[in-house]
Amino acid sequence: MTQKNRLPEGGRIDRTRPLGFLFNGRRYTGFAGDTLASALLANDVHFVGRSFKYHRKRGILGSGAEEPNALVQLELGGRTEPNARATQVDLYEGLIASSQNCWPTLEADLGAANSLLSRIYPAGFYYKTFMWPPSFWMTYERFIRRAAGLGRPPREPDPDRYEKAWRHCDVLVVGAGPAGIAAALAAGRSGARVILVDEQAELGGSLLSRKGAIDGAPATHWLDTALGELRSLPEVMVLPRTTAYGYYDHNMIGLIERIGDHRGGSNGGVPRQRLWHVRAKQVVLATGAIERPLVFSDNDRPGILLASAIETYVNRYAVAAGRRGVIVTGNDTGYGAALALAGAGTAVTVVDLRTEPTGPQHETARARGMEILAGHTVARTFGNGRVTGVEVMPMTADGEGVVGSGRRIECDLVGMSGGWSPTVHLYSQSGGKLRYDEALAAFVPGNFRSGQHLAGAVRGSFGLGAALSEGFAAGAAAAEAAGFRAAAAPVPAVEGYEPAPQRMLWVLPSSKPLGHGGKNFVDFQNDVTAADLKLAVREGYRSVEHVKRYTTTGMGTDQGKTSNINALAILSETVGAAIPAVGTTTFRPPYTPVTVGAFASRDLGDLLDPIRRTPTHGWAEKVGAPFENVGQWKRTWYFPKAGETMHAAVNREVKAARTSIGIVDASTLGKIDIQGPDAVKLLNWVYTNAWDNLAIGRSRYGLMLDENGMVFDDGVTTRIGENHYHMTTTTSGAPRVLAWMEEWLQCEWPHYRVFLTSVTEQWATIGVAGPNARKLISELTQDIALEDESFPFMSMKEGHVAGIPARVFRISFTGELSYEINVPTSYGLALWQALMTAGEKYEITPYGTEAMHVLRAEKGYIIVGQDTDGTVTPGDLGMDWIVSKKKPDFLGKRSLARADTRRDDRKHLVGLLTQNPSEAIPEGAQIVGELKPRPPMKMLGHVTSSYYSPNVGRSIALALIEGGRARIGQELHAALPDRNIRVTVTEPRFFDLEGTRVNG
Amino acid sequence: MPAKTRYSIFSLVRNAFSYHENWEEAWRSPEPRPEYDVIIVGGGGHGLATAYYLAKEHGITNVAVLEKGWIGGGNTGRNTTVVRSNYLWDESAHLYEHALKLWEGLSQELNFNVMFSQRGLLNLAHSPHEMRGLARRVYALNLNGIDSELLNLEQVRAMCPILNFSPKARYPIYGASLQRRGGVARHDAVAWGYARGADARGVDIIQNCEVTGFQISNGKVHGVETTRGTIRANKVGVVAAGHSSVLADLAGFRLPIQSHPLQAAVSEPVKPILDTVVMSGAVHVYVSQSDKGELVLGAGIDSYNSYSQRGSPKVVEDMFGALVELFPIFSRLKVLRTWGGIVDVCPDASPIIGRTPVEGLYFNCGWGTGGFKATPSSGWVFAHTIANDRPHPLNEAFGLERFSSGHLIDEHGAAAVAH
Ligand SMILES: Cc1cc2nc3c(=O)[nH]c(=O)nc-3n(C[C@H](O)[C@H](O)[C@H](O)COP(=O)(O)OP(=O)(O)OC[C@H]3O[C@@H](n4cnc5c(N)ncnc54)[C@H](O)[C@@H]3O)c2cc1C
Repeated sequence: MTQKNRLPEGGRIDRTRPLGFLFNGRRYTGFAGDTLASALLANDVHFVGRSFKYHRKRGILGSGAEEPNALVQLELGGRTEPNARATQVDLYEGLIASSQNCWPTLEADLGAANSLLSRIYPAGFYYKTFMWPPSFWMTYERFIRRAAGLGRPPREPDPDRYEKAWRHCDVLVVGAGPAGIAAALAAGRSGARVILVDEQAELGGSLLSRKGAIDGAPATHWLDTALGELRSLPEVMVLPRTTAYGYYDHNMIGLIERIGDHRGGSNGGVPRQRLWHVRAKQVVLATGAIERPLVFSDNDRPGILLASAIETYVNRYAVAAGRRGVIVTGNDTGYGAALALAGAGTAVTVVDLRTEPTGPQHETARARGMEILAGHTVARTFGNGRVTGVEVMPMTADGEGVVGSGRRIECDLVGMSGGWSPTVHLYSQSGGKLRYDEALAAFVPGNFRSGQHLAGAVRGSFGLGAALSEGFAAGAAAAEAAGFRAAAAPVPAVEGYEPAPQRMLWVLPSSKPLGHGGKNFVDFQNDVTAADLKLAVREGYRSVEHVKRYTTTGMGTDQGKTSNINALAILSETVGAAIPAVGTTTFRPPYTPVTVGAFASRDLGDLLDPIRRTPTHGWAEKVGAPFENVGQWKRTWYFPKAGETMHAAVNREVKAARTSIGIVDASTLGKIDIQGPDAVKLLNWVYTNAWDNLAIGRSRYGLMLDENGMVFDDGVTTRIGENHYHMTTTTSGAPRVLAWMEEWLQCEWPHYRVFLTSVTEQWATIGVAGPNARKLISELTQDIALEDESFPFMSMKEGHVAGIPARVFRISFTGELSYEINVPTSYGLALWQALMTAGEKYEITPYGTEAMHVLRAEKGYIIVGQDTDGTVTPGDLGMDWIVSKKKPDFLGKRSLARADTRRDDRKHLVGLLTQNPSEAIPEGAQIVGELKPRPPMKMLGHVTSSYYSPNVGRSIALALIEGGRARIGQELHAALPDRNIRVTVTEPRFFDLEGTRVNG
Repeated sequence: MPAKTRYSIFSLVRNAFSYHENWEEAWRSPEPRPEYDVIIVGGGGHGLATAYYLAKEHGITNVAVLEKGWIGGGNTGRNTTVVRSNYLWDESAHLYEHALKLWEGLSQELNFNVMFSQRGLLNLAHSPHEMRGLARRVYALNLNGIDSELLNLEQVRAMCPILNFSPKARYPIYGASLQRRGGVARHDAVAWGYARGADARGVDIIQNCEVTGFQISNGKVHGVETTRGTIRANKVGVVAAGHSSVLADLAGFRLPIQSHPLQAAVSEPVKPILDTVVMSGAVHVYVSQSDKGELVLGAGIDSYNSYSQRGSPKVVEDMFGALVELFPIFSRLKVLRTWGGIVDVCPDASPIIGRTPVEGLYFNCGWGTGGFKATPSSGWVFAHTIANDRPHPLNEAFGLERFSSGHLIDEHGAAAVAH
């Protein structure tokens, strides 16, 4: 039978658009406008899942974000989504869904065996067992893990796209029920930029679920008119299917918009979801309220729903979810479901916890002759799966016990209403404090926060009239606060509806003591019962947070939307403290779960982190060179010729730089332009050496230390003009150096007249090194004299190279005669090509980072971050010469005087030579003095750099070794997991020991 | 002190017959007494472990643990529970390895299942440079007798095939180090287990009791002021994580510590998909799957100082970006909860455990983003330090003096994402 529960008329569904879908392999039909849940209920499918712990049969409980039970595995393959809430999945043609956490099938689930043993599985049982034998936990854990979890994770990459967007607005309204729509109207009419969001496909909130009248007509007429007007306002943006998931500081709201989900398949080509970051001047929260279930024995059978959900299914989806209904309620709103069902032809009995029920809907029901059992409780329920009946009993006056005998009522549908909890999640996230309202038995916002307005049920104002008037007022106030003039709007007339007094019974009494017969569920998803909560308290877990964590109540994917207040109240009764004294747990973002991929959005692959490329990148790519990631930069690693191994290529490059000319793209070096009369003061602070007498046009090498006196960067700085310096840093250290200097300038020396600008991207740097370097450059420049006398080592000249305006630095990271030519970045490639062409006759050889490393290691030049690790002083490097003794102070100076920093057995940078000249020690190898048959062994230090050097004709290594300088000549061992290598300690220099080659 | 029922499957079955109505309290909630031998300030894992070992190892049972909120509610109950001992420097390696050894028998020791799951922990390298750093650490660990191994790309693939192995990734995976004995544990259980064990030995655990001042005269501590009155003791141990500097201020000295928010998140639970802990510095995220099925993940600290337990959304977004980059199949999972804690960051990324300028006042702090794993040994050495008024050999190097001597134990180099 198809759509057995679908009513012949009514609802907001589009009956002209039937949609076929598959659930657990069976074909069903629903209509456009249905959710998966309403379509299932239309087909009388209640039993849709198994609970987390006991694998109990569970049905749809709610009709929206609060749903704890109806979690399904949506779709297959790369598009599968675990734990989709059927109540929030819009139906589309061809939708495929199945139940989760059951095996082999939903009906015959082996995990249900857990239910039989449930007596020994109370809350927290796992802390008390699985400890013996000790080595078995990993085995127990394997079974526990398999039993836990809900849906299946995808096994394929996600084929969908996600987007991010950013927006500013004057007024953001969250929730498009009557209060939110009224607020958006009031604000929108003022001309303010308004964004109205609602998580549902259709705007209207409770107006879609409940029958009501506004201005004498059905409320939905008002709704249509209002939405029409909102759409006509140019500054108003309306976002349906959009959840405000997080409320962050300064009115930053995170929104997740589902653009493609409801289209099915490949989303019709649009992105699946969009993550919005909205910075709102003013926020109106009109997030409504969520109904609470009642806690009675076996209140979890399929067919037992929230009363409001039953009402919603009838009015909005034209689905009467059963033929014979029982509504259990402690308030008047529960009658809404009873009346809706009765109107749909379902026989209904109302079990009212109140002894003297009142309220407009109650009166209507009574007038229509509905059976109403006042002062009654549901003592238990029946059914093997779908509910088949309830036992009702009269209660004692205090509601703590039962009197008389039970009466069984056959039914296939039960609605329950334990009152309403305002949806204060976002309010709380924003830092708002909650206040407990005794009359409502609910937490309501306790203080108003600036830039924020509240309207309707979220404030605990449960009537339609209040929602509208508060909505208009909040919208107008928000617009005014954002600088607009909002005219007073006429508030539409609503038929008087005063909420009637309710009766709160947090656990319904029954003839058996709590937990002795059935189970009274509080948290449906995590299978937490009232008895579990009491057990937790008995065991000393009294704080609300302890109870939550011990029992896991409120920790499911619904984050306790239906269970938190019930749990809290039961806790408060058990410990004998008032609810406000017990306090709430923290509401944490997101409000409802948000797709991980939406947070990632496009920031994946190449967009994960910016890629920085040098001017010669394309050139190197064309010649087939591989690249190395250095920070965000791509640097050419080496330039292999056809068929050449890395080893061969690097050897060739290293040799060329020492025999003729090597050329390297060094554009990644950090460059900072420093200007101002106090520039030299800054340099004197950040470098260890003195900078007062550096002449214009001259360069100097410097080391920077952190507060602990440890080397953290190095580079060459050149004086360009009177008050103008050009600083270079290591490639990856550039941002840190700039931030470091800025921090000192801004915090300690704000009075210094000096300005720093990163110019790394502005200058291309091409290094030309080797005996023929001068000859080559002289061919390409007319205005720069290159002879030693006019252009000595460590100086800079401005002029033209290959016709390009250039700053040429005579500095060397190879120990060879070498120039670093800086030209504006856009000329970098042209310069490179000009040098390559002119250099052909010298067999000019491009080299990459690997050859660069070998060349500098041959000379014993350090790489900060490789030969140092934040624990190395200049003295450790044998660079005491660069630490000024005369300067009164510099950053790190004081720390150099500390006892530990002055020790002479610190780790020193030394060289290591292996016995076998062709064997290179693995970098990172630890050095020991005395080998032992097995660990532990005392380590003296480690190898920081290690290469085969073609120029020295053997392997070379740099290492940091305890008391290293005193050990020169000693034999030590590199102790590796699979072998030991004998090494001899040497000076950390292997080539051109006299240092004459820089002069050509 | 009534002896506690031994937890086991048998006591569970036995209690099932009485509907679990006869379990006694895991710990009492007594009123504070006017005086104790030792007061521990801070009822996190470290504070409770300290009290436990004071009672158990040193016979000092007249002890109170004062907690301003609920025990385990600080970083102990907020952390992502990565347990490992693969630290670079000898001092740290020994301290964390001592913890790891205690972890290995902790459930039995406490008779409380802390669910310590030695599922192995991968530290990914995304460049030769990172590989070199891992190699250095692995070689050092091996020579200290601590398990750790280097894996090449194929070995990483075999261990965790769902990682993104594309050579076109922004930072392709290059290799990894693996500590097989590393893993995760159940954070709350650690606090509760130590609390129950300490309580059974006579320790008073006093919640909702904030320390608001110290009674100090002649450079010696005599007690503390609290929101529940003055409580005297001649020895006070402070273990207050993110609020350590606040307490040091109350005691009249300063600590070289900065407090930062550190955020974490869990996804909705799903069936088992990730069997190891995976950490990546370059892609800046680390993740494991809890026994319940949630992915548990975190990244680096928020860069500003704060005492409020919330961070900026940007950090969380980046963390999920990194997660999908590393595990493309996690894209369609959903984020269930995000939260933050306040971590106490030391300049050298190592803790401070020892005496202070005030006699009888001891501090244990500066664990920053990675102290959960050290809970057992932190309590162990701190109890020793308090009982004997001098450090245990394992925490000798971790005194406050190191900031004047310069003998720092810089663990920054060890991992960009250090948990
Ligand atoms: C998000 C996050 C992830 C982390 N991930 C890891 C990880 O994966 N692995 C790892 O090893 N570590 C991790 N850590 C770090 C780890 O959580 C901490 O280092 C460790 O838990 C600290 O334990 P504790 O007992 O010292 O501190 P806490 O558990 O914070 O305990 C300190 C206690 O002191 C109390 N207190 C403070 N002031 C007072 C006062 N005046 N009076 C009384 N009581 C006071 C606090 O309320 C608190 O309960 C993480 C931390 C965070 C925040």
